[in-house]
Amino acid sequence: MAQSPITRAAQATPEPLARRIRGLSDRAIAWIFIAPSIFLLLAVNIFPLIWTIRLSFTDYRVNRPNRDIEWVGLQNYRRILTDSDIWQTMQATAHFLIWTIVLQVLIGFALAWLINSKFRSSNFWTTIIVLPMMLSPAVVGNFWTFLYQPQIGLFNHAIAFVTGADPASFSMIGDVALAPWAIVIADTWMWTPFVMLICLAGLRSIPESIYEAAECDRASKWRQFWTLTVPMVLPFLMLAVLFRGIENFKMFDLVVQLTGGGPGNTTELTSINLKREAFEKWRTGYASAYAVILFVTVFGLASIYVKALNRVKDR
Amino acid sequence: MSYSVSDPSRRTKWIAGIAVTLYAVITILPLLWIIATGFKSPADSIAYPPKIFFEPTLEGYVNLFTTRTRVNPEEMAALPEAQTWYEQIVRDQGQIIAGPSRYGERFLNSVIIGFGSTFLCMILGTAAAYAFSRFRVPLKEDLLFFILSTRMMPPIAVAIPIFLMFRNLGLNDTHLGMILLYTAVNLSLSVWLLKGFIDEIPIEYEEAALIDGYTRFQAFIKVVLPQAATGIASTAIFCLIFAWNEYAFAVLLTSGTAQTAPPFIPTIIGVGGKDWPAVAAGASIFLIPVMVFTILLRKHLLRGITFGAVRK
Repeated sequence: MAQSPITRAAQATPEPLARRIRGLSDRAIAWIFIAPSIFLLLAVNIFPLIWTIRLSFTDYRVNRPNRDIEWVGLQNYRRILTDSDIWQTMQATAHFLIWTIVLQVLIGFALAWLINSKFRSSNFWTTIIVLPMMLSPAVVGNFWTFLYQPQIGLFNHAIAFVTGADPASFSMIGDVALAPWAIVIADTWMWTPFVMLICLAGLRSIPESIYEAAECDRASKWRQFWTLTVPMVLPFLMLAVLFRGIENFKMFDLVVQLTGGGPGNTTELTSINLKREAFEKWRTGYASAYAVILFVTVFGLASIYVKALNRVKDR
Repeated sequence: MSYSVSDPSRRTKWIAGIAVTLYAVITILPLLWIIATGFKSPADSIAYPPKIFFEPTLEGYVNLFTTRTRVNPEEMAALPEAQTWYEQIVRDQGQIIAGPSRYGERFLNSVIIGFGSTFLCMILGTAAAYAFSRFRVPLKEDLLFFILSTRMMPPIAVAIPIFLMFRNLGLNDTHLGMILLYTAVNLSLSVWLLKGFIDEIPIEYEEAALIDGYTRFQAFIKVVLPQAATGIASTAIFCLIFAWNEYAFAVLLTSGTAQTAPPFIPTIIGVGGKDWPAVAAGASIFLIPVMVFTILLRKHLLRGITFGAVRK
């Protein structure tokens, strides 16, 4: 078969040159494709993080740029860890975290279990239930203050309707005892569907045959639920808790709009407290140390948790 | 229908159906209340007890888009006839239109920053996801984890240096600054989700294209991208929704030119007291597109919110 001059020329071209003509090597493409993303994340996340760590050892204040910056060593950290206000904040955060997770897991799992019975129009209602989760927490939180109004709020009237109490007799966001629950309720309303969706995926991943086998062994429904359903859904549930835990540890928008941390500092979660230190009191160095502590906490807890999660998954 | 042991009885289904429906109705109530309040008059919105049935009015929407001043009845009588229907609505409240409100601008900012960052995020994210999916990248797992971990940082914690950095670069309160920031925030989501979607495309398609003489890059553009179109579209919607909803960075880093709607809506006040119908109108316009997208996305919802960790 006669070869065309072009083919002959192509065969004569040395390999590296030919590759350059054909296109970039896979390795070059890989780096060209990945580098911009990594670069952007370094610039917007890691560089600021390093800067934060540096600032955390100083007494810098953003609102006084001309003042000399002094290195204060670990003083910021020492002050934060011994500050009783911050422990109060941590307690508020813990209360919020624990109760939102408990309620969302219980309600979310129950809903998923009910939906999984595949009653008619279950898909339609699932879509409805899911709606709150994708909305802007700040805008929704702002509107919840309206729902929580003592005289005119829909929430107060709903409670009054169920319990018979006077709707004007209690104020969810004005009362020191109720405000921590006001934020728990709003967050649960918003995020229960998230847990529900993950549980539903878990329930649907359980093969039918397992239940058939259990039925043959004459295991009661109750027993099937505790020895089959729950352990099989557990990894999914733990994943949901991980997501909710991280998100609610960072919680800012919903709560800042709902209560703004008040009354007093009963609902002042760490992010709100940090915002106050950094952008209202302008104690930049101090707030940076605070930010580092928060980040280390969330990262540390998440890593421990992921290890536990993997152990459950492998089992 | 085939018999199945785990298929619940009819009675169980009925009970489950009623319980779930009840929960759904309760959960949707606040959202319906927002939409309804948008069509109430200010007096109806704060009526005691709350009004379920009311005469709908566009007052809230008109108030949302205008700034108004109160005038005396004598001055009002001296004015010429109202030219437009919305002017008439304002006059019926004993006020005149002083000018447009900021809501339009803020909404537009949300659109610009939302779409801008989503676009950038998809370009960067698709490329990185493809590389992570198809090539042997050194330290791949570590890089992927690094990308994910950027999502764990509380926004307020990185806001301090970003605030300083943006100030030095002149990016504070600019569209470009917010677009770059939101791109970075959403990049973890887009890389993780898209990697999952691209992993599902059989590698044989590309190999066939490579044998046919395509370069890698051509194969990526002409074979992989069309195959991943659904995944890219749903990832883009997720990025758009998250950028759309973001509040913490927006409230700290923007105040005027580039302020988005979420920090603005809660600051809406009327003439004398909070104008809840206007707030609700602003919230409705802002939230309803997201509700529509959520319904469209329902098949991919789970995957999106778990960063691709749960598929199905």
